[in-house]
Amino acid sequence: MKNVFLIKYGELAIKGKNRPIFENRLVKTVKKNLKVLGNFNVHKEQGRLIVEPNDEFVDKDAVIEMLTRIFGIIGVAYGTKEEEVTLEAVERLAYSHMKNLCEDANGQLTFKIETKRADKRFPLKSMEVSSTIGGYLLDEFGDKLKVDVHNPDVTLMVEIRNGTYVYSKTYKGSGGMPYGTNGKATLLLSGGIDSPVAGWLIAKRGVEVDAVYFHSPPYTSERAKDKVIELAKKVAVYTGSMRVHIVPFTDIQMAIHEKCPHQQLTIIMRRLMMDVTEAIADKNNSMALITGESIGQVASQTIHGLVATDDAAKRPVFRPLIGMDKEEIIQIAKKIDTFETSILPYEDCCTIFVPKHPETKPKLDRIIESQSKLDDVIEQLLQEAIDNTEVVEV
Amino acid sequence: MAEIYLDNAATTIPLPQVIDKMVNVLQNTYGNPSSLHKKGLEAERIIKESSEFFAKQLGCTKEEIIYTSGGTESNNLAILGVASAYARTGKKIITTTIEHASVKMAFKFLEQQGYEVHYLPVNKEGYIDISELENLIDEQTILVSIMFVNNEIGTINDIYKIGNIIKQKNPKTVFHVDAIQSFGKIPFSVRQLKIDLLSISGHKFYAPKGVGVLYKNKTVKLHSLVHGGGQQNAIRSGTENVAGIAAMHEAAKAVFANLSQDIEHYNELKTYFANKVLTEIEGTRLNGPALESSAPHIVNIAFSGVKAEVLLHALEAYGIYVSSGSACSSHKADKQYILGALGYENEDTDNAIRFSFGKQNTIAELDEAIEVLKKQIVMLRRLK
Repeated sequence: MKNVFLIKYGELAIKGKNRPIFENRLVKTVKKNLKVLGNFNVHKEQGRLIVEPNDEFVDKDAVIEMLTRIFGIIGVAYGTKEEEVTLEAVERLAYSHMKNLCEDANGQLTFKIETKRADKRFPLKSMEVSSTIGGYLLDEFGDKLKVDVHNPDVTLMVEIRNGTYVYSKTYKGSGGMPYGTNGKATLLLSGGIDSPVAGWLIAKRGVEVDAVYFHSPPYTSERAKDKVIELAKKVAVYTGSMRVHIVPFTDIQMAIHEKCPHQQLTIIMRRLMMDVTEAIADKNNSMALITGESIGQVASQTIHGLVATDDAAKRPVFRPLIGMDKEEIIQIAKKIDTFETSILPYEDCCTIFVPKHPETKPKLDRIIESQSKLDDVIEQLLQEAIDNTEVVEV
Repeated sequence: MAEIYLDNAATTIPLPQVIDKMVNVLQNTYGNPSSLHKKGLEAERIIKESSEFFAKQLGCTKEEIIYTSGGTESNNLAILGVASAYARTGKKIITTTIEHASVKMAFKFLEQQGYEVHYLPVNKEGYIDISELENLIDEQTILVSIMFVNNEIGTINDIYKIGNIIKQKNPKTVFHVDAIQSFGKIPFSVRQLKIDLLSISGHKFYAPKGVGVLYKNKTVKLHSLVHGGGQQNAIRSGTENVAGIAAMHEAAKAVFANLSQDIEHYNELKTYFANKVLTEIEGTRLNGPALESSAPHIVNIAFSGVKAEVLLHALEAYGIYVSSGSACSSHKADKQYILGALGYENEDTDNAIRFSFGKQNTIAELDEAIEVLKKQIVMLRRLK
């Protein structure tokens, strides 16, 4: 008898011929994420991933927490396995599992049994396995157990595959689709609360997310940069990995500050950020951009501001937070564990680049006109920024 | 890129002989000083030799030396330990508004516990009004805690006068001095200054982080904060940090072997640097006391129109390291409380940079730093 984790994945199971690709991605992410928790065997088995620990001591709760975070997983169960595929093996597993549950319980437990027979060569049908094992358990445990098929305390799950599996509780996973199965998009990651959440939501749909961070030394500190990398690592817990492009942005900001009207600084800056991100997306086969914008949250995110920013992007811009309130965003940030990092106060001291009276209803044509004041320098500045971009894999 | 480290009030660069000593003790004198066998005895001797040295430098006995994990613990042990031990005598305790956070927060804690806390205001140069202190001290006053040298602007308090006044008014009032920025920078003796408790931190004088001293006059009672095996007369239980203590001893030996030359060196660096910056860069102003009367190793200068944090990062790009607000508190929103308490306006506190000097600094380095400063100030002021 061996302890195992059974991973259930939902949506991707229906994806026909692509299924092996999705499954392989998931196996890769699971293997990578579990490395910090010990030595595990991971293999596919007809609609399940089976994770078998090779170490004597395994922090079961940590493994479940890690697995339930990974995108594409809808549930994780912890149970036991026998290599042997016989009714006797099911009985042994069911007996030992139920024994543990009865020991923990106060008084009588109600239960039912559900059987999945993936191996159709097994001589008994699913229903027959359930009733046989149910009868066997009632004989063994007597008064301690009672059958209740409608509202049982315990649903004992039996799965008959290339081995025999028994478990009772399934922990809910993040859902979504395995990372990298739906193309690639590039996230403008700032270090605030919103953008990591936006990246997380898109990554949840299986999109590989590259991040771009704009670094403006000495106006933003090294610690602010470390913070952004830390945030990328937090999102990577769900995805397995993330690539962060760190763009030196001081010279561009200085040029905007010197040449453009101050009330339009932020919008023009965001348009240029789009330009840089587009160029990085070109280089990395990324098909869309992602921002953490939400209508009206700050002066540059009014609908006018968004129109002016959007105009600078060629690719579609995904804005998964567009209709969310700050409080809703914070809820997700807390759930995915980016919140505490986001609120660290190494805030860019680039408040110097924030206009005192920003324009809240910028007109696109006037913004473009103001931006044209940069025409003689901007191409070179953008090229320098892109050439000097540093790439960090987390 | 050569580094120019001008943040010696935050921490110093350990001296090579200090590092050698630490490694040597870790390798060879690994015994637990409480063990009965020879390895224990060897370790105990290292601590005893160190205590003898610190006692000699401070003018006390070796039994009055307690080792701690550093300045914060020394300050907490002194303040909380006295407050608890003397609570029956009275609950009135006094400090100033410009203490380090490890004193300030200990007092705030006691305030919540129902102690009567008085925070003495200071003038723009960081000095308290001694007569105000005199008026406050009464029968119920169990503790006065005042820093020797202010870590932000280098004010040197007249500890001699303060100590005498406290003891005249109430000989039973315990006098604690945070000497973290003055040990190895200003010669003094605890008996002469009538100090009962004094905090020292190793890493401010070329020793490693994680080790410090609390001098405790043998007549002072102190409740311990850490309970355990009864080491150090049960005031500070826990196996002593033998290697750290040996390293701190080694550092102190190096400091006191040349104390007067060192002080002269710091003063020369400070005066040269400050005068040059103040005369050659426009829009600069000295924060705190005049150069002649401030601590030898600290100077605080405001650069108008330039955010201190931005200037700090701009200098960092050239390998020049300085401080905007105390490093220990710079992650807090109220990081500039000290300058604020001194009566400076926001504009001045936002622009204030602390330069602090150490043994390793040279005049040539300062010339280089000033050249970079000049260029960066011009650059950064473009964006006013």
